[in-house]
Amino acid sequence: MPAHLSARLCSLALSLFLIAFALPAFAGPFEDAVAKFANDDFSDTEEAIGVVAGSGNPLAFPIISALQDGRLMADPDSKKVYVTGADGKSIDAATGAAVASVPDNASAVRLNNRLRRSVDAALGGLTLQSPDVGTRLQAAQSVFKSHEETALEAVDAALAKETNRSVKTALGEARAAILLFKTDATEVEKLEAVATLKARGDQDALALLTGMGDQPASVTKAAASAIGSIQSSLAVWSMVQNAWYGLSLGSVLLLAAIGLAITFGVMGVINMAHGEMVMIGAYTTFVVQEVIRTRYPGLFDYSLLIAVPLAFLVAGAIGVLIERSIIRFLYGRPLETLLATWGLSLVLQQAVRTMFGPTNREVGNPSWMSGAFELGQITITYNRLWILVFTLAVFMILLAMLRYTALGLEMRAVTQNRRMAASMGIATSRVDALTFGLGSGIAGIAGVALSQIDNVSPNLGQSYIIDSFMVVVFGGVGNLWGTLVGAFTLGIANKFLEPVAGAVLGKIAILVLIILFIQKRPRGLFALKGRAVEA
Amino acid sequence: MFSKSTHDIAASFSRRGVLAATAGLVLGLASLTGAKAADDTIKVGVLHSLSGTMAISETTLKDTILFLIDEQNKKGGVLGKKLEAVVVDPASNWPLFAEKARELITKDKVSVVFGCWTSVSRKSVLPVFKELNNILFYPVQYEGEESERNVFYTGAAPNQQAIPAVDYLMKEEKVKRWVLAGTDYVYPRTTNKILEAYLKSKGVAQEDIMINYTPFGHSDWQTIVADIKKFGSAGKKTAVVSTINGDANVPFYKELGNQGIKAKDIPVVAFSVGEEELAGIDTKPLVGHLAAWNYFESIKTKDGSNEKFIKDWQAYTKNPKRVTNDPMEAHVIGFNMWVKAVEKVKSTDPDKVIDALPGIEAPNLTGGVSKMLPNHHITKPVFIGEIKANGQFDVVWKTPGLVAGDAWSKELEGSKDLIGDWVGKKCGNFNTKTNKCLGSGS
Repeated sequence: MPAHLSARLCSLALSLFLIAFALPAFAGPFEDAVAKFANDDFSDTEEAIGVVAGSGNPLAFPIISALQDGRLMADPDSKKVYVTGADGKSIDAATGAAVASVPDNASAVRLNNRLRRSVDAALGGLTLQSPDVGTRLQAAQSVFKSHEETALEAVDAALAKETNRSVKTALGEARAAILLFKTDATEVEKLEAVATLKARGDQDALALLTGMGDQPASVTKAAASAIGSIQSSLAVWSMVQNAWYGLSLGSVLLLAAIGLAITFGVMGVINMAHGEMVMIGAYTTFVVQEVIRTRYPGLFDYSLLIAVPLAFLVAGAIGVLIERSIIRFLYGRPLETLLATWGLSLVLQQAVRTMFGPTNREVGNPSWMSGAFELGQITITYNRLWILVFTLAVFMILLAMLRYTALGLEMRAVTQNRRMAASMGIATSRVDALTFGLGSGIAGIAGVALSQIDNVSPNLGQSYIIDSFMVVVFGGVGNLWGTLVGAFTLGIANKFLEPVAGAVLGKIAILVLIILFIQKRPRGLFALKGRAVEA
Repeated sequence: MFSKSTHDIAASFSRRGVLAATAGLVLGLASLTGAKAADDTIKVGVLHSLSGTMAISETTLKDTILFLIDEQNKKGGVLGKKLEAVVVDPASNWPLFAEKARELITKDKVSVVFGCWTSVSRKSVLPVFKELNNILFYPVQYEGEESERNVFYTGAAPNQQAIPAVDYLMKEEKVKRWVLAGTDYVYPRTTNKILEAYLKSKGVAQEDIMINYTPFGHSDWQTIVADIKKFGSAGKKTAVVSTINGDANVPFYKELGNQGIKAKDIPVVAFSVGEEELAGIDTKPLVGHLAAWNYFESIKTKDGSNEKFIKDWQAYTKNPKRVTNDPMEAHVIGFNMWVKAVEKVKSTDPDKVIDALPGIEAPNLTGGVSKMLPNHHITKPVFIGEIKANGQFDVVWKTPGLVAGDAWSKELEGSKDLIGDWVGKKCGNFNTKTNKCLGSGS
């Protein structure tokens, strides 16, 4: 057989082979990959993400972002995949053609955590040059997190065009992260990368530097010194962080105790049902939010502002009722008061349990109380920050009320010398009721704030009652400033002990310290002097 | 009180005395008729806290048993007799559990008890069930290391929940660094001991394991979440294995969400967070965090058994939003097993039922059939679910078949040679190395 004939046969066979191979891929690799989304198999989905993201097809971005938001619908029978838009319009993901409606049996393509990371990385690569600054920044950050080599070109291209300073820094950091892990990057590039990460100086940079694996000796050395400097700066920041956490815990303690500082501190009533007033405040918030959710969803962000006065009124009214019906018969009999209010707390808990059910109730965080911001290297969450602000505001208002209003004057008069006050024409029993109502109302307000960080369940109050008494006794009975200082001292001490001793031992240590302190100073930090003490 | 009222009558025929005496008489009559009624019904004890801390979880289980009894009675009861629930409230008070258990068995003469949630409550009633020889069905996942003749464990043992969850994280998420966070009591401590031994056997170094305990109802998670974040930034993939109990979970997850720890960065797999617990949280920031259970409400079954159960349950509770969860399913399986065993031996006599139970099979709600094993644990499938934005779980992984519950962990030094076998060996802690039964002393 002539040689050219066999060569021809060969090429014929080859082209046939090629055609045969190309046939199933007639639709092209992009369309094939899109069809894989319909398999409901995590590894198929992962493969599809990779192909689609790297395809350069203009549909890649809408598909991947739809996948992230759960808007990518797949029909398992026809293997067709659709992108539904936020406006309700849908397109065929493979062709981009608009479709009238998505079939009923189509369901959203499922993701797991591994895939979510792939989606983030893919989206990062795709949106590095987005016109929106925020999107670009986010893209750069997700590339930094995934630091995959494939993204390097896109990062370089984006860096060349970027004008915004913070995005540029983020891109530089993303580039450094990629280079650090790129096996064929030069030593100079790697040293630069280490320097960039050192300048970033946070825990993520630390994570990359410690986890970078085998590197040239000079890079390892530079990394070690960078790790050292990051760690020492983080150690300082962790002290700041503990102090902030302490303030935050202190504000929660203060908020919970401030009402008790009135009923127990000023009036001397051992009020075991104090925690239940807090709980009632939290449930008031829940009811307010329920009404808002069903009737006026637009007002949700104001729900807490609406709940605060309502919680004050509800808890205050219940407080007055309790004082008039039970407590006033028990003045001067601490043991009976203790038992009666303890029983009352159980009654209130069970009543709430019967009315609202034993399970937790969902109280949502308004948008301005969700999330956090970074201050240097510490994360400050908005809910804690607002609670601190709110607590201090409540404290100031209460202080001003006691100091400057007629009722405040009467309250102080009655607590300091009941008989003298009565003979001056003050209706002491009315003042008693109002004082107790005020303390309860403030506990109710505390409930509104605590509903943002704790469970709203019938047991909510129980977890605060011991801490509240601790704060009031430690700070000095009858002294609001003492309660303030006491709460913050305990909060900060607790938070500095916790990293060392653990949460359980830390709590025990605090209790022991308080017991020892009370031995030394039975009247607490700020003891009241004068007649009130003997009363 | 009764003697006082008779004394009143003797002293004077005051109106109050007569009233009290009448009340006593009525009470006496009531208890007489009650005793009479006991003959034509079979009494089923329900020992779940309806008040106190645990009411949040246990009230649902009480409702579940009432629902199951109602359904069974509609089918004609058991052995031709109606079932009658006797509900008591041990009020989340551990010693009271023992008292109420004794009351159920001796005074109400129940044939079986469904109850307890925490391990400490189970430990508290154990001596009572042994002494009075009755049956307890315990529906909650627990730490294992126990196999008692009078107790049937329908919840998961550690090898049916904790170990598969860790396997999943190792294989699918390539986790190399572990935070074991739990509430400070027996279940988390034992589970974490087992997990620590298991992780080390898989080559995880000591410095890659962080163990943290918090008190019950812990609400200030700032420091711990920051610690987890810090631990997670050592360049290795990190995950949190959470044995944090009930109530404390809400603030924990809120703090995670607020500090921006996403599931794709540091996933948290929880063993005590189910549909009920999520009902109290805004779940959007939690999407992707995991839970390991033997049942999820969202599981679709081919025969529609789960869908039917959910529908019937919501109709029974007259609440179309009422969720179902894993311990409920455990009660469903346990209850059906007990009914089958009673019908098999045609008696409610505890001794006969205890002997009949091993080998009994009952369908679970996820399309399989669970079997009671000689060690009084059951076979169950294990599912890993990811939290979805609607508070339900999306099953991302499951074991290929059913997993048999180990009463004694194979990971721990002291227990790896032990087995429970109430059929052949008649022993709950038989040492296969020495061929001896350790007996109740250990």
